Amino acid sequence: MKVQIDPERCQGHGRCYDLAPSLFGDDEEGYGQVLGDGTVQPEQEREARLAVVNCPEHAIEVI
Amino acid sequence: MTADDRFVYQAPETDEEYGVRSEIITGPVADWATDFSHLEPEWSADPYPIQDDLRQRCPIAHTERFGGGWLPTRYEDVAAIAYDTERFSSRAIIMGNWRPPSDIAPIGGSPPISSDPPFHQHARKLLLGAFTKTAISRQEPATRAFCHELIDKFEGRDVVDAAAEYAQHIPMRVIADMLGFPPEDGPRFAEFVESVLEGINLPPEDRIERMERLFTYLLDQVNDHLDRPRDDITSYLIGAEIFGQKLTADHVTGAMALLLIAGIDTTWSAIGSSLWHLARTPGDRERLMAEPGLVPTAMEEFLRAYAPVTMARLVKEDMHWHGVDMKADDWILLSFPAANRDPAQFDRAGEVVIDRQVNRHAAFGLGIHRCLGSHLARMELRVALEVWLERIGEFSLTDPAAVRWSAGQIRGPRALPLRLAASG
Repeated sequence: MKVQIDPERCQGHGRCYDLAPSLFGDDEEGYGQVLGDGTVQPEQEREARLAVVNCPEHAIEVI
Repeated sequence: MTADDRFVYQAPETDEEYGVRSEIITGPVADWATDFSHLEPEWSADPYPIQDDLRQRCPIAHTERFGGGWLPTRYEDVAAIAYDTERFSSRAIIMGNWRPPSDIAPIGGSPPISSDPPFHQHARKLLLGAFTKTAISRQEPATRAFCHELIDKFEGRDVVDAAAEYAQHIPMRVIADMLGFPPEDGPRFAEFVESVLEGINLPPEDRIERMERLFTYLLDQVNDHLDRPRDDITSYLIGAEIFGQKLTADHVTGAMALLLIAGIDTTWSAIGSSLWHLARTPGDRERLMAEPGLVPTAMEEFLRAYAPVTMARLVKEDMHWHGVDMKADDWILLSFPAANRDPAQFDRAGEVVIDRQVNRHAAFGLGIHRCLGSHLARMELRVALEVWLERIGEFSLTDPAAVRWSAGQIRGPRALPLRLAASG
């Protein structure tokens, strides 16, 4: 399982890096960034799902 | 004094002297579906039953007031408008009796909130860096200390006004620090906020005079920063460039006005509404005192249920849109609060569920105009609630009828008398 952010949709609300700081960070303008290659470890799955369902722009996908 | 001929004293901003004025219509609303007004006391006191009723029977309501406008109450319509910058312009974002001329687009009077593409992204990019979560975290220790100072002043008192004596001061102090304005100017900021956001139905000459006072103050601050440049947003804007050119004086003061006005009333409202909810909901208050780690989750629910900010747009061209006939220059009252209570989008939409796990609310807007200050607002709201819950034990409304709500597009308590069981 991996997470990715659609940069066309992301507006920098920051819900992903608030709710799943082990998977996402912010760039210098506040847009969400996937940390590393986005691989989600089993213990990070709950965080990953929280980020997906709380993004107001529907910008996060799990693949 | 540093010479900068952009800021040579000029007649203050007089946008309101041109553009189009409409007749001022006030008084009781006959039918909210055909005559809505966000400036009437019934709306200020409790807009949610009105919005819920409209969503059922007339999901895009109309009014002839303010020269004509529309009020969508379904999440999907609010989102569609927020995303559609081709059909809906931000050249005016305060719905009132005056429309700026169309040639003010795409910059608008207070960029970037008033800007449309393609200019918008450039004006926004200038400011994003100062408002990231990382940048804002540097303001947190001072914000926390200031919240404690405010509560220290409650020593020995049974009743305090949490809106006027607590919620109001927190965003004022923080934004004054960020802009480099004197912190003791707080009372003037309150006056500017009221002028811009609540004085909508005043006669034009009063509105112009009030706006002149704001822009004269901002020019004074610019000149002070030209004399003594410092590490703050005002000095940054004076030196900033777009397309290799320094910003115009109107852009600099317009952006300062935006940061000052939008940075204060909104968070003041969010803090006040959250405390109002906790004062009248002992179960939620006790749970948050027992589980302070739940504050960030609860806060998102307060933002959803009591979203303080409603925006506005202007329709660009005549069109048939989602079943109604919109005319060029009709207002759209873009109610994020109504969207946030749409049962088609949220389970138990009308309830406040402080441990709600799925909360895709639109309190900070959607699309390219996502609130620039959202990370600042969230920090201030979280710290204000954490300190309040830590310092104040039980608290309750002295009298529900004594709570007074602001009028207009930013909604929150402006008088919130609370009885404190024990403070210290």
